[in-house]
Amino acid sequence: MAAYRSAAGFQRVLHAVKTFDKILIANRGEIACRVIKTCKKMGIKTVAVHSDVDSSAVHVKMADEAVCVGPAPTNKSYLNMDAIMNAIKQTGAQAVHPGYGFLSENKQFAKRLAAEGVSFIGPDTHAIQAMGDKIESKLIAKAAKVNTIPGFDGVVKDAEEAVKIAGEIGYPVMIKASAGGGGKGMRIAWNDEETREGFRFSSQEAASSFGDDRLLIEKFIDNPRHIEIQVLADKHGNALWLNERECSIQRRNQKVVEEAPSTFLDPDTRRAMGEQAVSLAKAVKYSSAGTVEFLVDSKKNFYFLEMNTRLQVEHPITECITGLDLVQQMIRIAMGYKLQHKQSDIPINGWAIESRVYAEDPYKSFGLPSIGRLSQYQEPLDLRNVRVDSGIEEGSDISIYYDPMISKLVTYGKTREEALKKMEEALDNYVIRGVTHNIPLLREIIVHPRFVSGDISTKFLPEVYPDGFKGHMLTAGERRELLATAAALYVAAQLRSQKFLGDLRVSVVPAESRQWELCVELDKGVHMLGVSRSGNNYTVEIDGEKVEVSGEWNLASALLPLTINGKHRTLQCLLRTAAGEITLQYLGTSFKLRVLSKLAASLSKHMPEKVPEDTSSILRSPMPGSVVAVSVKPGDNVAEGQEICVIEAMKMQNSMTAAKAAKVKSVHCKAGDTVGEGDLLVELE
Amino acid sequence: MNARGYSVNHPSVQERIEKKRQAALTGGGQLRIAAQHKRGKLTARERLELLLDPDSFVEYDMFVEHRCSDFGMEADHNKYPGDSVVTGQGRINGRLVYVFSQDFTVFGGSLSGAHAQKICKIMDQAMMVGAPVIGLNDSGGARIQEGVESLAGYADIFLRNVMSSGVVPQISLIMGPCAGGAVYSPALTDFTFMVKDTSYLFITGPDVVKSVTNEDVSQEELGGAKTHTTVSGVAHRAFENDVDALLNLRDFFNFLPLSNKDPAPVTECHDPRDRLVPGLDTVVPFESTKAYDMLDIVHGIVDEREFFEIMPNYAKNIVVGFARMNGRTVGIVGNQPKVASGCLDINSSVKGARFVRFCDAFNIPIITFVDVPGFLPGTAQEYGGIIRHGAKLLYAFAEATVPKITVITRKAYGGAYDVMSSKHLRGDVNYAWPSAEVAVMGAKGAVQIIFRGKENQAEAEAEYVEKFANPFPAAVRGFVDDIIQPSTTRKRICRDLEVLASKKQTNPWKKHANIPL
Repeated sequence: MAAYRSAAGFQRVLHAVKTFDKILIANRGEIACRVIKTCKKMGIKTVAVHSDVDSSAVHVKMADEAVCVGPAPTNKSYLNMDAIMNAIKQTGAQAVHPGYGFLSENKQFAKRLAAEGVSFIGPDTHAIQAMGDKIESKLIAKAAKVNTIPGFDGVVKDAEEAVKIAGEIGYPVMIKASAGGGGKGMRIAWNDEETREGFRFSSQEAASSFGDDRLLIEKFIDNPRHIEIQVLADKHGNALWLNERECSIQRRNQKVVEEAPSTFLDPDTRRAMGEQAVSLAKAVKYSSAGTVEFLVDSKKNFYFLEMNTRLQVEHPITECITGLDLVQQMIRIAMGYKLQHKQSDIPINGWAIESRVYAEDPYKSFGLPSIGRLSQYQEPLDLRNVRVDSGIEEGSDISIYYDPMISKLVTYGKTREEALKKMEEALDNYVIRGVTHNIPLLREIIVHPRFVSGDISTKFLPEVYPDGFKGHMLTAGERRELLATAAALYVAAQLRSQKFLGDLRVSVVPAESRQWELCVELDKGVHMLGVSRSGNNYTVEIDGEKVEVSGEWNLASALLPLTINGKHRTLQCLLRTAAGEITLQYLGTSFKLRVLSKLAASLSKHMPEKVPEDTSSILRSPMPGSVVAVSVKPGDNVAEGQEICVIEAMKMQNSMTAAKAAKVKSVHCKAGDTVGEGDLLVELE
Repeated sequence: MNARGYSVNHPSVQERIEKKRQAALTGGGQLRIAAQHKRGKLTARERLELLLDPDSFVEYDMFVEHRCSDFGMEADHNKYPGDSVVTGQGRINGRLVYVFSQDFTVFGGSLSGAHAQKICKIMDQAMMVGAPVIGLNDSGGARIQEGVESLAGYADIFLRNVMSSGVVPQISLIMGPCAGGAVYSPALTDFTFMVKDTSYLFITGPDVVKSVTNEDVSQEELGGAKTHTTVSGVAHRAFENDVDALLNLRDFFNFLPLSNKDPAPVTECHDPRDRLVPGLDTVVPFESTKAYDMLDIVHGIVDEREFFEIMPNYAKNIVVGFARMNGRTVGIVGNQPKVASGCLDINSSVKGARFVRFCDAFNIPIITFVDVPGFLPGTAQEYGGIIRHGAKLLYAFAEATVPKITVITRKAYGGAYDVMSSKHLRGDVNYAWPSAEVAVMGAKGAVQIIFRGKENQAEAEAEYVEKFANPFPAAVRGFVDDIIQPSTTRKRICRDLEVLASKKQTNPWKKHANIPL
């Protein structure tokens, strides 16, 4: 994985320059760990800050020193400038790396650091301020001859003004937080009604996320790609562009899968975008690493979207293809060194893909946050050309307080095809238990023909899955493989349960049968299977077709490496019960199967059907979070789709709506309540 | 008359045998079988077929018939070969088990003298050869036509339940009604499991309840699976339906030794005995008031995260159940900080005590995870007799002579520290995690007593925390054998169990002990 991973050469380069003695990382999770790694390589001492619930977090363990900066809520800890300033004083850190999010683009924080003579590893206050404000940044970009989107370059006062401006620009429009980023406080409106609603949501979200509810409106470019240019600038007026990252695969304006380079850009467009990005960086006297985001339409017209004045979540893919360590570069620049490279030194070596692995349920609007304790966790690090940036470990809690990201899984290859193949393998070998995760969705995206051919846009997910993500759709052959694996696993487990060691009593195991007749249920389909075994090899006959499955059959391992009909496949067994339920993760998606002996299956038909709860009249919280507002009271009549309450989780506000027109029977929550996934919110009649 | 002494007009013995056999196999007949199925229940024989290994069932007393001659019962059409129960022995995963399965299709599975006699026969043999007894209960109650003979039959079974207790494991699976005197046989067995929605246990049904106490209650509320697994604690676990219950019973059976003379079984294990469990290093929260799930610890430590929990929905402040360590069955007892801070109260003490005694009776090592703030205070508990009920758990741990390994994960306060398989009660290996706090009580309470009315309580509290809110006071006195890194717990326990496998310890001779009932 280019220079970033070849430790020997890396070490030499890093030690060559004198930088800071001690850096405080004002962040948590994977990015804090990421920064600490580079600091360690550079021989710099590190200080972690943490909230009380994070006191045994990985970043705290990795750092040389750690300081608790407050209780769990971010505004009391990771956004608590006073506490962080104290931590700096207390530990004598000479510089602060802010990571992304939190205080990374907070000019107030940068100012306070400057006042104390502490270096901020990032751009100076002027650039943060200029680029942090979407209105101002657009004006500067225009002046720097960067292509911009038509829109209203001012703060929108209220919903009615928003409607008026929207009418002038023409629908669709995008309403977004002036101080925003990361998709928060952002809404798209196609008509006046949606504009009013969007204005309300965005201003609430903006207020809670950024403490600043100013909004702006611009023309919404329908079906664009999101492509961004990484720039690197020093304090001496030099700037470079480190090629692009394709970030079009998004859900609710948050990125899911990124790659570098983009399949879409030709060298001319790339250069044009790169040069505009650099000219913008120079216009604001930018120093450090930054990212200029563009929307690119199908004709390769590109428009400036915003500039992120910080290290970006998806920076590893740029590191993979350029061989640069961006954190190291940022530290050097902050120290005042000149750039080491010229534009002509910047290569595109191979291809890198990043999947953002989140603790969220991809079956609910492509991902609603889930929480829990990682009861088992194993990163696929024994594979070559795989990088995992994470800040959690087995036993870590994913809580409602912070971003639900588990890790960034990056694979690298000489070609895109190679990188994608590696990603399939890495996702299949990634063991995450205890929280719901989005691997099913990631695994589907990277093999989808449209994605593989590079035909993507920011609308990829809603276009490919118009009715929501439903998991992998099995082909007939895959279905057979899955059924055969479940059957073989069942037999292997059955055989083991007859083996008692050192038992003095006579155990009468029936002469070992070589043939089993089993009934396997999958999605209400019932299949009769014939299984025969020879050692670790099973031959399973399904509807006249034979499937050969062989493997070690280690029943304690989370991973099931198998050879199915000669092909290597890694499945995971998520559940295996005495009653024959087997849940297998296959091609990323988990499938619930039930394996029964022929006898048990035939007797099962007499078992009573248990009636599931009628869910249309019951509104349950789809995720853990807190109730922001309840818009109904018992006795109210609601229309189908009418908002009933708003749940905030991980800083996102989610409107809960009625599934049918009905009268409200009872309300079980009030604003300010904390609710868990599945908690009853409102009951309709 | 032919040479063999039978009339040519009568069927041959061979034919009669065949006919009786057929009749026995169809029980109460196709109509009643269909009715049984319609209720979502399997027949007595179907249940045995599913419970036992294929072709392993050896049936006894297929030709036994009831002996009642009153109320027209003597009529041929009222005689069913085998009567209302199927008995015999068979194998579960190759291991011997005696079984009886009551046949609801014959007189509603009611218990006649003959029915009881059949059950007694297999129970007697099970005791002699040393093999567990599984009863599948599905019976309307006493055979009223037989009167006292039926009652005598119950008593004969009760006596054998008691005699077998502690000799062979006895398991009852309630798969239909079980009312009146009949309930006491399951109550005397080691484990009672139920099937949701189709099984009931009560002394008197809703009608009698209504006439005596004027209470309106449904069968399900009075004695359904939910009631007994959550409220009364009569049943140890409930399953979805007959098939689910029987398959789970097979799985459960694998944990049990065949008798008190057999060691706990050891199965082939794929989980490395020296596996480190990194997640355990962070499972106990820093704040000692914050809850965590003891099951996270249990699942992390045992083989393949497989834990057969007993009474999972009753007295949830204590967790008990079976698991394996390097293939060998162990009994797990753990305070559950997630529920009522893991305190000991009446119900959790009784739940724990009964489980510990089962393990001790059947050579199953006991692993105890301790995080207990003490006994639950209050009038409800005192009036309910927490003193004598709490004593049961103390008694059970103290008298147990099987290998006992204890891990103090966090709090071990007051008398509850002593109770939870402490060193003083002959714990073989007692560990403390670094987060352990062994003390008479929490710092705040202690300081309020020691320094009553004095100032500087906060300072004193800090001193108390410094002194006692750590594992050292117990470790310097040898009350814990070692302070261990949580991630190494599995490895240590597996190693200790190997050492303790040959443990021999006996209590003084006595007719029987006198546990505070």
